[in-house]
Amino acid sequence: MTASHAAAYEPVFTGSVLAKLEALYPRYPDKRSLLLPTLWLVQEARGWIPEDAVREVAEKLDLTAAYVRGVVTFYTMYHTHPVGRHFIQVCTTSPCGMCGSEEVARALVEHTGCGDLGATSPDGRFTVIEVECLGACGFVTPILIDEDFIESVTPETVPAILARYS
Amino acid sequence: MTDAMVSVTIDGVPVQVPKGTMIIDAAKQAGVLVPHYCYHPALPSPAVCRMCLVEVEKAPKLMPACVTAVADGQVVHVGSQLARDARKAVLEFLLINHPLDCPICDQAGECELQDFVYQEGRSGTRYSDYAKRYAPVEDFGPDVLYVPNRCILCTRCVRFMDSVAGDAVLEVYDRGDRAYIGIDAEQRLDHPWAGNVVDLCPVGSLISKDFLHKARAWDLDKTPSICPGCTQGCNITVDTRDSAVVRLRPRPNLDVNRHFICDTGRADYRWMNRGDRVEAPLIRDGDRFQACDWNVALDRIAALVLQAEGGIVVLAGGRASCESIGWLLRVAGERNRGAAMKVPLGEEAPIGSIPNLALRRERAANLEGGRVLGMRSEWRDTMSQLQGAALVLVADVELDDGDIAALAGARRVIHFASVPDPRITTADVVVPITTMVEEQGVYVNRDGRAQRFLPARSAPGMARPIWWAAAQAWQRGSGGRRAPSTAAEAFGALDAFAGVSYRDLGFGGMTVAQRESATT
Amino acid sequence: MGYPHPIHPRETPVLSTHFGETAARTYAGWVERGGYIALRRALTMLPDDIVNEVKASGLRGRGGAGFATGMKWSFMPKDDGKPHYLCCNADESEPGTFKDREIMRWTPHALIEGCAIAQLAMRAETCYIYIRGEFTEPYRIMEMAVAEAYAAGVLGPNAMGSGKRIDVVLHRGAGAYICGEETALMNSIEGRRGNPRIKPPFPAVAGLFGKPTTINNVETLAAVPAIINRGAEWYSTLCLGNPKSTGTKLISVCGHVQRPGVYEITLGFPMKDLIYDLCGGMRPGRTLKAVIPGGSSVPIMTPEEVEDCVTDYEGIVAKGSMLGSGGMIVMDDSTDLVYQIMRLARFYAHESCAQCTNCREGTAWTTRILERILAREAKPSDLDLLLELSDQMTGRTICVLSDSCAAPVVSGIKKFRADFDAYLGAAPAVAMAGV
Repeated sequence: MTASHAAAYEPVFTGSVLAKLEALYPRYPDKRSLLLPTLWLVQEARGWIPEDAVREVAEKLDLTAAYVRGVVTFYTMYHTHPVGRHFIQVCTTSPCGMCGSEEVARALVEHTGCGDLGATSPDGRFTVIEVECLGACGFVTPILIDEDFIESVTPETVPAILARYS
Repeated sequence: MTDAMVSVTIDGVPVQVPKGTMIIDAAKQAGVLVPHYCYHPALPSPAVCRMCLVEVEKAPKLMPACVTAVADGQVVHVGSQLARDARKAVLEFLLINHPLDCPICDQAGECELQDFVYQEGRSGTRYSDYAKRYAPVEDFGPDVLYVPNRCILCTRCVRFMDSVAGDAVLEVYDRGDRAYIGIDAEQRLDHPWAGNVVDLCPVGSLISKDFLHKARAWDLDKTPSICPGCTQGCNITVDTRDSAVVRLRPRPNLDVNRHFICDTGRADYRWMNRGDRVEAPLIRDGDRFQACDWNVALDRIAALVLQAEGGIVVLAGGRASCESIGWLLRVAGERNRGAAMKVPLGEEAPIGSIPNLALRRERAANLEGGRVLGMRSEWRDTMSQLQGAALVLVADVELDDGDIAALAGARRVIHFASVPDPRITTADVVVPITTMVEEQGVYVNRDGRAQRFLPARSAPGMARPIWWAAAQAWQRGSGGRRAPSTAAEAFGALDAFAGVSYRDLGFGGMTVAQRESATT
Repeated sequence: MGYPHPIHPRETPVLSTHFGETAARTYAGWVERGGYIALRRALTMLPDDIVNEVKASGLRGRGGAGFATGMKWSFMPKDDGKPHYLCCNADESEPGTFKDREIMRWTPHALIEGCAIAQLAMRAETCYIYIRGEFTEPYRIMEMAVAEAYAAGVLGPNAMGSGKRIDVVLHRGAGAYICGEETALMNSIEGRRGNPRIKPPFPAVAGLFGKPTTINNVETLAAVPAIINRGAEWYSTLCLGNPKSTGTKLISVCGHVQRPGVYEITLGFPMKDLIYDLCGGMRPGRTLKAVIPGGSSVPIMTPEEVEDCVTDYEGIVAKGSMLGSGGMIVMDDSTDLVYQIMRLARFYAHESCAQCTNCREGTAWTTRILERILAREAKPSDLDLLLELSDQMTGRTICVLSDSCAAPVVSGIKKFRADFDAYLGAAPAVAMAGV
């Protein structure tokens, strides 16, 4: 990270995002507890959690950058690198896996053009990853596209679902 | 036994300990070592390494000794088959991804992983068919490298930086078996006390760049000493290899420095190994110095002292021992017209969360010792009054150019020096002296605690301690009284410490109050 | 009801009565359905009387451990002058478990009401509901319901005009199974890595923010309004088996049954009937091979064990497993158990927090051995090694994640040895569906 790069960094917490953060303060007795919600706000604003944002959050909450980074890397839903415009999580843990979710995962990779799990499609539209249990084991296969939780997906329904995301 | 005490039996040894004591600490008292990694007496215990699991009778499962408080009547087994098997399993888990690069690891020989594996681990691996985790070495800070492959994630370093140094620049990143110790790319492990993480690391994961590949642990000799860097008086161990100092490390003293030393003190050892030493007494012969034997030099010193009717000034450096200062002052005797210690100043650097522990502004280990012994003049005042002084005794002190100029006004100078200072052209005698790592002595720290240090390396040539040379010169004019022949005698003869011996001081030192109660 | 299927006559709907009714989600809709009467009543009761009522009902923790709820509440100190906290554990992440999700999706006010009553009982002004990050829809629904409850004056500084303060705060997780462990959950609310804490101190002494805290599961809290409304005696008589297991339990059934879904049974209900009657049994032409009855961390059961198993805390223990969270994974004869067990082990290896050595290294190693077995590269001695590792991963760590990894491995090897042997070349290969 060069100095010029750092200088170019535009803080996340200004204007309405800052207002959202400040609205959270009364909910907790200390600043540290705001960390998870604050990181969610960063991800909402930037699509992922860049290193500079880690430092900004650390400063905002009186924590160290390493501390914040330790938390970011603990929770798998925070992205530590950029992802496609639409982030698709498909559950392949046992209960789903034994009912065909791996075929759904394959269909998602194929129809998004991602090429592989974890990769982003060349048009930057999608990233597909396998995740552990999404907690909807009776509705195989559950997938999460951004904030949309979609149940009972089959390889056949994949193209129509993807068409809803530009 | 009071209500506040409980009785427990550990591996058959009954002990009484205060209520609330953890099993691991009670075991120490019973003389039983509970193997451990994450536990450290100076840090909060997270109970994560699972190495200290012990069998507690009536408990449903093995208990972590570091966080399990003793209960009255408890019976603990550290050496039982169940506990040993549990440790064996932990060791195996810790080794599956370990590189086993002991032959090139600085920690080898003082590695707790190596030690416990030899003691209780498996001789072979059952993980041989899998590739090990690998991550490259990282540069954490001025003197610290991180070797992730050797890391056992005990988190001592993380906890030290957070709870002791108050500068949480290290944290566990990621999770599961992908976890490692991380630092922000824009931050450095450069807290003034950060080097302690190297000592705290039970394995070779955090290593000192300064010590890198310098010596094998088993080739080192270890000598208890006192850090000569400032008035804090941190207890240290001087590690030498073939009589060269290669490393300074903290020696625990709960009343002074707990388990830590600062990075400034840790790094300041190179002067101890200087090769350009004064190795023989030198006597002025016109424009030149002439080497001579001790008898000639001591006679000359005694004569200079006798002739110094206009008064004697004593100038000492902050590393001069109590013995040396005391005997210099005794030599000056009634003709003493000023005694000052030179105190270099630096920035104060507290460790963080421990009260009364800091790298002090006053970079003179024996400032308080000098004061106790009567060295009470201001350096600057003393230097301004050197003009015409009959005799100045310059003892192990680094002089700046202003000091040198002032010294030129003195009629006679005796220079007690470990290294030659060609700027002092007026010296009549240059006395070859040992440094504090080559002699035995006592420093008094800023809180009045008198603490011993021992010789860690051999003295070069004919160098002797200042106190010895001073006392020998004193004997020559003492009318038959005998000079001390050992440091212990030299110390025992000091009025300021009357009634206190080396033996009394031990290796934890004694405060003024303790010394007073010992002599009454 | 057996959501998403119509209610089955043999179910006992208490919590699930309104599953599937969108109108029940709103404050008005909930009040129409008898909502917040229990809270109004609780506001007139002494805290200890609420605790005693719950004690008398026999309600036990529905998250997995099955600890008596009233007893747990009674551990909270009284008159200590400190703030108290309630944490609602909505981090439902145990593979096979998806019941709390339906409670939050359909009856969010039941949960809010249950939290509020529990808060009164434990003098906890603030409740944090910790919702796993993946539950985007339940979070939105809960968010709306909480806002409505504040707007209606049910929550806030003067709850229902009582002069008492009741605050409910939603806290969103971010992808960590272990945060369902109660002490990890507290760390996560506090903005820390979700590492489980050492006990003692127990949460009731020093929990969230170092203050007395109780953590209850969503289903446990959602059951409380009904107990206050209809009385402890009514609840305690909902019992078909052991008298220590009272009330109804949501069982989320997934896997190879005809009608997977969330079924509400009276505790003591025959497991066989649950699978074959309520869920419609196996898919055509298939037979039952194995059941994991209480979420993925409990031992696997054989069809013989299922045969006369009573679905309650004691009944399943008697068959060598546990009721756990009530997440039932049913597997038919097409299942490759070794593969499924490997997937579970991989899950635990992925979710291990990295604190304890045995778990951090043990879960990963276990997964690798299982992968090697599946690749047909294993040695017969690997099964003994797996058992040995599992032994050293059980009862050795701060929390039970590593025990959970070991449980299906041990029960799998012991009860379904043939599946493993097939990969070791000792027997012909079994069917490998799902590979």
